[in-house]
Amino acid sequence: MILALEYQRSPARYMVARGVTSTTLGSRLAGMVAGNVAPLRLMTRPAPDLPGPGWTRLAPRLSGVCGSDLGLLAGQSSPYLSPMTSMPFVPGHEIVGETLDDVPGVPRGSRVVLDPVLSCSPRGTKQCRWCASGQQSRCDHVTTGGLSAGLQTGFCADTGGGWSRQLVAHESQLHLVPDDLPDERAVLVEPLACAVHSVRRVEIPSGASVAVIGAGTVGLLTLLALRELTPAVRIHVVAKHRHQRERALALGATAVHAPGRATRALRRSTTARMHVPELGSEFLLGGVDIAFECTGGSSGLDSALRLVRAGGTIVMSGMPSGHVDLTPLWYRELELVGAYATSSNSSRGPDSVRPDFAEAIELAGTAPLDGWVEPAYPLARWREALGHATEAGRLGSIKIAFDPRRD
Amino acid sequence: MSRPGFVLEVDERTPPLLMHQGEGFRLERLPLGSKVIYPPDSLPGLRNVDTAIARALLNPIGIEPLPELLRPGMRLTVVFDDISLPLPPMQTPDVRQRVIEHVLEMAAAKGVDDVELIAGNSLHRRMTPAELKRVVGDRVFRSFFPDHLRNHDAEDHSNLVEVGTTAQGEVVELNRRAMESDLVVYVNITLTAMSGGPKSVSVGLASYRSLRHHHNVHTLRHSRSFNDPANSAMHHSYERMKDVIGDHVTVFQIEATLNNDTFPSSMGFLNKREWEWNLADQGRYLGVKRVNELLPAKSRRRLWQSTAAPYGVTAVNAGVPSEVHPQTIANVHRQQLTEVRGQSDVAIFGLPYICPYNVNSIMNPILVMSLGLGYFFNLYKNRPIVREGGTAIFYHPVPGEFHPVHHPSYIDFFDEVLTESIDPVVLETKFEEQFATDPWYIQLYRKSYAYHGVHPFYMWYWGAHALEHLGEVIFVGGNRRTTARMGFKAASTLADALEIASHTVGSSPSISYLHAPPLVMADVR
Repeated sequence: MILALEYQRSPARYMVARGVTSTTLGSRLAGMVAGNVAPLRLMTRPAPDLPGPGWTRLAPRLSGVCGSDLGLLAGQSSPYLSPMTSMPFVPGHEIVGETLDDVPGVPRGSRVVLDPVLSCSPRGTKQCRWCASGQQSRCDHVTTGGLSAGLQTGFCADTGGGWSRQLVAHESQLHLVPDDLPDERAVLVEPLACAVHSVRRVEIPSGASVAVIGAGTVGLLTLLALRELTPAVRIHVVAKHRHQRERALALGATAVHAPGRATRALRRSTTARMHVPELGSEFLLGGVDIAFECTGGSSGLDSALRLVRAGGTIVMSGMPSGHVDLTPLWYRELELVGAYATSSNSSRGPDSVRPDFAEAIELAGTAPLDGWVEPAYPLARWREALGHATEAGRLGSIKIAFDPRRD
Repeated sequence: MSRPGFVLEVDERTPPLLMHQGEGFRLERLPLGSKVIYPPDSLPGLRNVDTAIARALLNPIGIEPLPELLRPGMRLTVVFDDISLPLPPMQTPDVRQRVIEHVLEMAAAKGVDDVELIAGNSLHRRMTPAELKRVVGDRVFRSFFPDHLRNHDAEDHSNLVEVGTTAQGEVVELNRRAMESDLVVYVNITLTAMSGGPKSVSVGLASYRSLRHHHNVHTLRHSRSFNDPANSAMHHSYERMKDVIGDHVTVFQIEATLNNDTFPSSMGFLNKREWEWNLADQGRYLGVKRVNELLPAKSRRRLWQSTAAPYGVTAVNAGVPSEVHPQTIANVHRQQLTEVRGQSDVAIFGLPYICPYNVNSIMNPILVMSLGLGYFFNLYKNRPIVREGGTAIFYHPVPGEFHPVHHPSYIDFFDEVLTESIDPVVLETKFEEQFATDPWYIQLYRKSYAYHGVHPFYMWYWGAHALEHLGEVIFVGGNRRTTARMGFKAASTLADALEIASHTVGSSPSISYLHAPPLVMADVR
């Protein structure tokens, strides 16, 4: 038996959480909702069985709280994803852990980070066209094969998840962590790999102007990836909180703007024209070439749509929620590009690049990420952890994580 | 006979003194021994303004009478000062309307058909049709608007012409219609000694390319003060440009001066010295203050902005700009100049609700800075009323409000430029060009009612001399965020301000209070 936080099916609780957090006032109570309304329970449950050969048990050392986890618990994740989950499941997919079994290339006791996507290889199915081309995040088989439905570890009933003391992982999901990479950095590898992936989703020409909307974990890591992997560009970050602004500047942002100031600042920077509609926010005619939406909120996407020049591109890095007026997408002939999880091969062109995880592991070792992960919470203090994670920006934090080994 | 200006020394019998403080005012007790600089009493206005105008047009200085300059088939352009003058706007009929009507009647009598009227708004916002109508009057407006009554457009390059360059290399680029006219008649109101004369055409009809030669940090720092043309580098530049313009077109300048009847009778106490307030004045003070404080912010602003001054016209003079203007300046001095002995450690100014750039608008923090450290600080001849390294204390709430239509570039200037630096030289070097050439600001200046993109820089330069001269700037009642952004301090009370200032000027500083408005100019000996 293991200690785990388990998410159970409860349409009623989901709807209540969604109803409460959909209002302006209720959105401020998202932490309370996540801890008290969401169908999440701390319990002892049997450790997950090994599904077959090539699998190992994994003991999490640190497991991060992702924005998508919070979206789920606050009832803000889209019902669209429900077929790609199986209940009950243990959340947690940003994991650095220790293997408990031998698998090829990864001896027992290895420190690893997990690529959580449950694609063809873990499922033991015939390789779909995406997995065959190294783009596992697009796998068509996430609902079939030898596992219950689940787009990732942390959303699948059979694998367990990081918010527990033990889960199971397939050899194809494991990436060895260098000895000199501390757990506090290693737990950032998965979101960093996602950021690398999102930056690689679009061509970023030299001299392009880029806006990163949001400066939480996703936004800051996207900024880091942009600076490290793309030619010199002008990167404007829209950040809500002072510590986020300071970190963004430290990571090389050209300029950082408060949300209320972003449109005017980007207008000036790009010598665009700004207009104010009779209803709704102001927008630019002109604007940045590319925007990375890193908040997952509808207001973030709405901002991105209003800040990008005609023919420009918006990359959706955050898991979307809410509804947005797509008129700018139509009128300005914008490109809307999704960026989900990671790939082991570039999705653009024939040029081979290092897999996103390999890139992220190297970046995690060199980037200025000290202090990004707060001292981790034990599972027993999960309500505090989720409350802290929901208010991370306001409280000056970046990444909140569990240390399931702690009592 | 009006009494001259004088300097009161505060003693124990001195009543609390009136301080303007944005859209409000208060009574304040100043420390004993403080000097209070009052303007001369308001001069009597001319009994018959129309007669004075006709006399001026028929007896100009240094040029033939106006009717002799008019002939059929000529191109006549009448230019008039824009909404920035006078302050507050005067009760109708505006003296410009009267002058323009006289000019147009003379032109009609001489068979002049090609007449255009242009507001000399330079890089200021366009005047709305209603504002134009208020200045020129209903009859002229109906006859000329919109085809022959327009605002100057400093970004309409097809309607600008480079008329020459001064010996110091200053490009003179002005309104083409005016420069290609046979005669330019400029209708001016000289409210302060800074305005009028050579400034009128060389600024009112100029482009940014031309203005940058005198609207810059170097010139403003060497204009001491810019209300004393003889000692103002900015006016020396205007003079040089005036000569270039004079080689190109005949300018017939008509200048009117006003008395100090700044506030209407309902607020007449604001025009008087405090110890001369009668019971009715005291009652009005209490009533107006109470109502003013109870009004919602928008209503309060609307009320103040709708205030029109019952100015009397003290003189109308006409002629060539260089010869008529000294007479005008003499009239301004007659109304505003007060001799002051010596500088003080601390200068106090109560800043009112209005400045040249917030008529029918909002006084944003940059405009407060410009009004205080620009206009009020420079209300001196010879020397500032405060010594070098001294402290200036201003009364104003400095709210962080901006008019989004009138002052769009001010918003960006405040949020993006002042966060980088408050040094005028740095701002001029690093940012001015960006703002001046920003196509959006240009579009809003031309098509909307926005001040030009470069205008907030000029406002900051307006205070450049004061910034260099003063050791400390404190705003009593000022918003802490906005004052801090501009590099100033905020204090809750005068006592707090003097406590803050004590680090710079000691605990028993000498103090001068420039008691304005009504306007007073200190002649510091």
